[in-house]
Amino acid sequence: MIKLDNLHKYYGTGAQRLHVLNGIDLHIREGELVSIMGSSGSGKSTLLNILGLLDQYDEGRYALAGQPMERLSEKQAAQYRNRMIGFVFQSFNLLPFKNALENVSLPLYYQGMSRKARSEQARHYLEQVGLADRMTHMPNELSGGQKQRVAIARALVTQPKVILADEPTGALDSVTTGEVMELLHRIHGEGNTLVIVTHEPEIAAQTQRQITLKDGRIVATPDGIAPSATEEPA
Amino acid sequence: MIDGLQEILYTMRRNKLRTGLTAFGVFWGIFMLVLLLGAGRGMQNGMERRFMNDMSDTIWVHAGKTSIPYQGLGTERQITLTQEDMRAIEQLPGVRFLSSETPLGAFRQASANIVVGDRSGSFGVIGVADEYFDIKANIDFPGGRKLHLLDAEEQRKVAVIGTTVQQALFPPGISPLGQDIRINRVTFTVVGVFYDSGREGRMSERIYLPRSAFGQTFGGGERVSVIALRPEPSVDSYALEERVKELLQRRHQVAPEDRQAIRLHNMARQAEHFNQVFAGLNAFLWFVGLGTLTAGIVGVSNIMIITVKERTREIGVRKALGARPAGIVGGLLMESVLITGIAGYTGLVLGVGLLELVSYGLNALNLQLDFFAQPEVDFQLALTALALLVGVGALAGLAPALKAAAISPVEAMRAD
Ligand SMILES: Nc1ncnc2c1ncn2[C@@H]1O[C@H](COP(=O)(O)OP(=O)(O)OP(=O)(O)O)[C@@H](O)[C@H]1O
Ligand SMILES: [Mg+2]
Repeated sequence: MIKLDNLHKYYGTGAQRLHVLNGIDLHIREGELVSIMGSSGSGKSTLLNILGLLDQYDEGRYALAGQPMERLSEKQAAQYRNRMIGFVFQSFNLLPFKNALENVSLPLYYQGMSRKARSEQARHYLEQVGLADRMTHMPNELSGGQKQRVAIARALVTQPKVILADEPTGALDSVTTGEVMELLHRIHGEGNTLVIVTHEPEIAAQTQRQITLKDGRIVATPDGIAPSATEEPA
Repeated sequence: MIDGLQEILYTMRRNKLRTGLTAFGVFWGIFMLVLLLGAGRGMQNGMERRFMNDMSDTIWVHAGKTSIPYQGLGTERQITLTQEDMRAIEQLPGVRFLSSETPLGAFRQASANIVVGDRSGSFGVIGVADEYFDIKANIDFPGGRKLHLLDAEEQRKVAVIGTTVQQALFPPGISPLGQDIRINRVTFTVVGVFYDSGREGRMSERIYLPRSAFGQTFGGGERVSVIALRPEPSVDSYALEERVKELLQRRHQVAPEDRQAIRLHNMARQAEHFNQVFAGLNAFLWFVGLGTLTAGIVGVSNIMIITVKERTREIGVRKALGARPAGIVGGLLMESVLITGIAGYTGLVLGVGLLELVSYGLNALNLQLDFFAQPEVDFQLALTALALLVGVGALAGLAPALKAAAISPVEAMRAD
């Protein structure tokens, strides 16, 4: 599903240049649940943003679902982000002036789907994350866990190829963290591919494979590939 | 499209106060522009009504005393215009209408005693030649008719009287039409009532008689005191004025450089003067109005910059969810255009409405202000201004919108 070859990423220029990702090789198969660990500043978010086409890389290759993600125009990138990738952020990133249902519908709006169809689909996913009774609530009327569940519903609503989560439980207490992780597991169970960036070893332990970054390199990739995961055609 | 609009309305509703203030800036700009132009037009109309009732291409010819000796003739010789002069002018190419005035009495200001029943008054009585009301084509006839050719041919003893004369001689509610009036004891029948706003309405203190009946009744012979003519539409009125002057100077043996003996007064010159003054006034009003408008547009531009800054994070999130740059630019532009368009149109409609109201009020109250009449604005022109404004509004939003669309989603989402 995701294939990285010798990926490099720099920030800044000249003497100030920071080598944030230093030759990443990574292969994530369809249906995998992978966690990325590493100390602060090790490049986890940078890597995830590149995977999500939110950021650009400087060298190497990136293929998503068999398609090379090279020299994308802004428009193409937007289209791929919309159809192939679902994002879950630490800070939720819900639009504050839209209610839960409207927030979840938004990616479908960018697909040009009719209002009625969007609402229907968004409703379905909100039910899936257990927020059937919170559809018309505004984000500031929701708890942190509820907000994150809205964000997860929003990531799922376009049925993307991969779901990328950057510290999805980073802003949550332990109880809600448990709930959110349970939800992510269920989503994985339904056959989705998930990549989760986390600080917490307990969370990483719940994933099939842990990737640890240090100074822009992958230091340990114990072979934790689930037996059920299928090899995708290159 | 509807969805897009809804998205924009969402964001505008979020910032009601700011949207409102921005809209007000544009509204005020257009509103003031319309009012200023309307007021300028009103002043122009007022002045025109006051001074320009005679068609603006009329040439008036007066005669005086010679001031320069010429061909053995001395100065201080009184020149008298005659019917012969009229016939000679008629032969000139380019004359469209030709007429003359001959007042009753020796002087132009002379007046005659008018009696109707037991009322009487003293008013100027003037015999006018055939095409007089083609020259004074602009005066109002609130009642009855103008004098026409048949009146002259049949030597009818008919008269048209000014509104002031009517008010003095006829009780209110009684129509003067068909009534007899006695002018120096000779009976004439009133066939029309006119209102001439010239000389602040004093031109309405006159009584006009057909030249033929006037001559038959009061004499005066060949003498006319004023000749008036209008050129054919294609003819240069200054050139015609020159030809008439030369003709009359030759006929009366007046030195070409004598400015006293034969005096021509070309209304085109006056009209030109007026037009210059009002062109200047209009330019000034446009300048002020556009200044106000520019302030409004700068306001829109500023607001768009602030909006984009404030919404950077939101734009980042939208991009992460698959919004295209074109969509983001389009949305921000639409917002800008919508604000300027709606506010501008409101200003336009209210401005025009207010002008109409003032105009209606002046008419309803029958107020005749000396320097103000019928304020109005060319709606077409105002619409053009509005279209321009919306275009500029779009431009004002364009730069910040392009900038917003160019920020990478990661950068944008990092913003607070
Ligand atoms: N826009 C940027 N400009 C310059 N340097 C940056 C930029 N973004 C990130 N960096 C640097 O790149 C490195 C990796 O950042 P990144 O956010 O990927 O770390 P991280 O592993 O996610 O850390 P954390 O666990 O604290 O979230 C850091 O040293 C950071 O300072
Ligand atoms: Mg991070």
